[in-house]
Amino acid sequence: MFHVMKRMQDAAARPTRRNFLKMSAVAAGGLVVGSRLALPGAALAEGAAAEDAFTPFIRISPDGLVTVLNKHLDMGQGNATGLATLVAEELDASPEQMRAEFAPADVERYKNLAFGMQGTGGSTAIANSFEQYRKAGATARAMLVAAAAKAWGVPTGEITISGGTLSHASGKSGTFGEFAEAAAKLEAPAEVTLKSPDQWVYIGKSFPRLDVPNKTVGAPNTYGMDVQRDNMLVAVLTRPLAFGAKVKSFNADTAKAVKGVVDVIDVPGHGVAVLATSTWPAIKGREALEIEWDEAGAETRSSDALFAEYRELADTAGPVFRDDGDAEAAIAGAATVVEQVFEFPYLAHGMMEPMVLTIHVEGDRATLWYPSQFQTVDQQTAATVLGIPVQNVTINTLYGGGSFGRRTSPDARHIVEAASIAKIWGKSQPIKLVYTREDDTRAGYYRPMGVHKVRAGLDADGNLVGWHHRIVQQSLMSGTFFEQFMVHDGIDETSVEGVKDASYAIPAFHAELHSPKVGVPVLWWRSVGHTQTGYVVEAMMDKAAHAAGVDPLEFRRRHLSQPSGIAERDKDNARKLGVLDKVAEMSGWSGAQHGDRFRGIAVHKSFNTYVAEVAEVSRREDGTFKVENVWCAVDCGVAVNPDNVKAQMEGGIGYGLAAVLFSEITLTDGHVDQLNFDTYRPLRIEEMPKVVVEVLASAEAPSGAGEPGTPPVGPAVANAILAATGELPAVLPLTKAGLA
Amino acid sequence: MIRLNINGEDREIDVDADTPLLWVLRDELGMTGTKYGCGIAACGACTVHLDGMAVRSCQTMASDAEGMAIVTIEGVDGKAASAVQAAWRELEVPQCGYCQSGQILAATALLAETPKPSDEDIDMAMSGNVCRCATYTRIRAAIHRAAETMEG
Repeated sequence: MFHVMKRMQDAAARPTRRNFLKMSAVAAGGLVVGSRLALPGAALAEGAAAEDAFTPFIRISPDGLVTVLNKHLDMGQGNATGLATLVAEELDASPEQMRAEFAPADVERYKNLAFGMQGTGGSTAIANSFEQYRKAGATARAMLVAAAAKAWGVPTGEITISGGTLSHASGKSGTFGEFAEAAAKLEAPAEVTLKSPDQWVYIGKSFPRLDVPNKTVGAPNTYGMDVQRDNMLVAVLTRPLAFGAKVKSFNADTAKAVKGVVDVIDVPGHGVAVLATSTWPAIKGREALEIEWDEAGAETRSSDALFAEYRELADTAGPVFRDDGDAEAAIAGAATVVEQVFEFPYLAHGMMEPMVLTIHVEGDRATLWYPSQFQTVDQQTAATVLGIPVQNVTINTLYGGGSFGRRTSPDARHIVEAASIAKIWGKSQPIKLVYTREDDTRAGYYRPMGVHKVRAGLDADGNLVGWHHRIVQQSLMSGTFFEQFMVHDGIDETSVEGVKDASYAIPAFHAELHSPKVGVPVLWWRSVGHTQTGYVVEAMMDKAAHAAGVDPLEFRRRHLSQPSGIAERDKDNARKLGVLDKVAEMSGWSGAQHGDRFRGIAVHKSFNTYVAEVAEVSRREDGTFKVENVWCAVDCGVAVNPDNVKAQMEGGIGYGLAAVLFSEITLTDGHVDQLNFDTYRPLRIEEMPKVVVEVLASAEAPSGAGEPGTPPVGPAVANAILAATGELPAVLPLTKAGLA
Repeated sequence: MIRLNINGEDREIDVDADTPLLWVLRDELGMTGTKYGCGIAACGACTVHLDGMAVRSCQTMASDAEGMAIVTIEGVDGKAASAVQAAWRELEVPQCGYCQSGQILAATALLAETPKPSDEDIDMAMSGNVCRCATYTRIRAAIHRAAETMEG
């Protein structure tokens, strides 16, 4: 998601807790190691040096278990296993001895190297950790070898490690556990040599998912929703129906009479919270709550009205973000012109585990338990609300029951809510703020709605000569602290990604962005801008191909094969061609019609990963379409865990498909119309196509897998429907036009 | 006071009769393997077995479950359950995993009734269990895999 935040790398260094892990590990008699000393120039200082000697990515216990501290949130995308794989590879450990834990909030040690703060997003977990965690593994390996060499009186070069066992030709052998304590006392090597790719035994091959066993037995304390603390209260918060409305008055008499309700409190700026001894009384108590809202100053427009405003804006000039050649002139002189207006609704993330957060404030300290996706911002936010030092905020991260972007927001609203409730309540008592499904659906932080208007011109030979593109979309970043990094001259990078870097050979390309102000909070949603931009570019390509009478695969190949003179664009196009050709081969592409079924193809780059998909649809008697098959080819550089990359593509396709077919958030007079999965329709098993994924072999640096599978599925389906009907579906979801 | 038989054990719980079984399990008994997802029986995350039938515990009043055998993810066992859980691990079905307790209970009930299900049988039985990570292709494959194991 917030992948453009690389620019923020040097921003936002914050005071943090130090040495906590080192101290706790020493107390446990084990080894904690990290890569900091492996970095050239990181000299061992006097005094504090002993504690700084290790950076905490790895812990090895006397029983030989290797625990990898995951600086990221694993919300299903598998990075806990991915990072453990990197360590195990260099450590020559066996999968059975590997464990994964979430690291505490400590920006200095655990920052995401892609954006300088501790957080997870932008499909960066593997990419930014690839070297760091391998170095950590190699460092630990060197220290274990050194300890064994010392104990056995042999040269380090004669010791080998395999499957977690150290051995020497003399017949001596030992486990990691036996040498962990001695190794921990050694100085970490200043430099380590990493394996070359031909030496890899796990990377690019397979490694078992470490979190899967627990997730098949309902293990306790896995998710944020599982947190139970002594004397804990459950809070549910009634938020206003219209975004920005305020509480005018409320009557809590009936609510307070519900057995189990402890109190009802006003949370200024947020709503009214019901505190109860457990979840059900809190929900029941809230149902009995009577609140009068003041909607003056609130956002009270309906989504239909917003769409009408957006469509009008799409007809007027806006700030320009791309201007290659003279697109107007090229289109005016074109042999054929195609034009289309696209509409995208607001979307909720709808992850299975609604938002949840447990907080316990004790004096000037606070402890939080939840799936934290943005530890640095969350920690700072809690400290600010509570008026306590940031280092006094402890975050215990748990697995996330999905997120798709939802569990991190620039304003950390869920943290503000929970901390505010705890502060107002004032007693030293754990409080678990639970979002019900209705709360989660209605609370905002949606993928923004948007309108795109595109005109494209083709010459007599069917080649694109001009492209004019106008986007109307609410900015994700305006008004947040990210604005300074992400918004330039009125252009929010997340609104235009995918169009700004559209790489097809088009001599004249002009693009503009309007960013209307709307009072609905918006947020990154799996692949951020790309579900809209990828849809529009790829669907327009098919509309143009259709007009030119050229096969859509051939049309794309033609526009990807011409050298652009721009190295980056040529590289993009080569890798796009790679996945396109692969998916064509996988699906046996022979045109958009395939027997009585229809096929659409799309290719898109997001988060430095290239994905091409073919969707095959059949038409039901009622005129709706069923997506029968999807083929997917992905080039994500080195795939650390190819099966997990496949899983992310499968899931990304299903997630994107739900949005294309069924899902929308609409507003009536500012009130969200959808509340639950009965009206915010998810994809169900009978609607899931068969999916075949191939991961291309690549020596390029690893790039993202969590998000890039999602953008191509929408246009692939749209293009299949175009082939079937001659009409390009341009208003989502497809249910609106009776197509799904 | 409500008397429930959960995973073969008799429990007495002091809750209002209208309390959903889901919240009795999660909040009163600390059995958090059964998940809250929607509260309106639209997602299946809270699926448990009542006398072997897969039901949504969020829409089952605790008092209505009195006298029935309640089985949750923490206690589910037997041939079908073991085969399902093993297949889930072998094919690495879970991503976020939050819905998987419910998926596993639903799949187990299906296989107990229909040991060799077709894709259509699977779609019918599993339609009420939403997975937003869309692990559906693997769920389908894992149910077939479990069916094979049970045969063998």
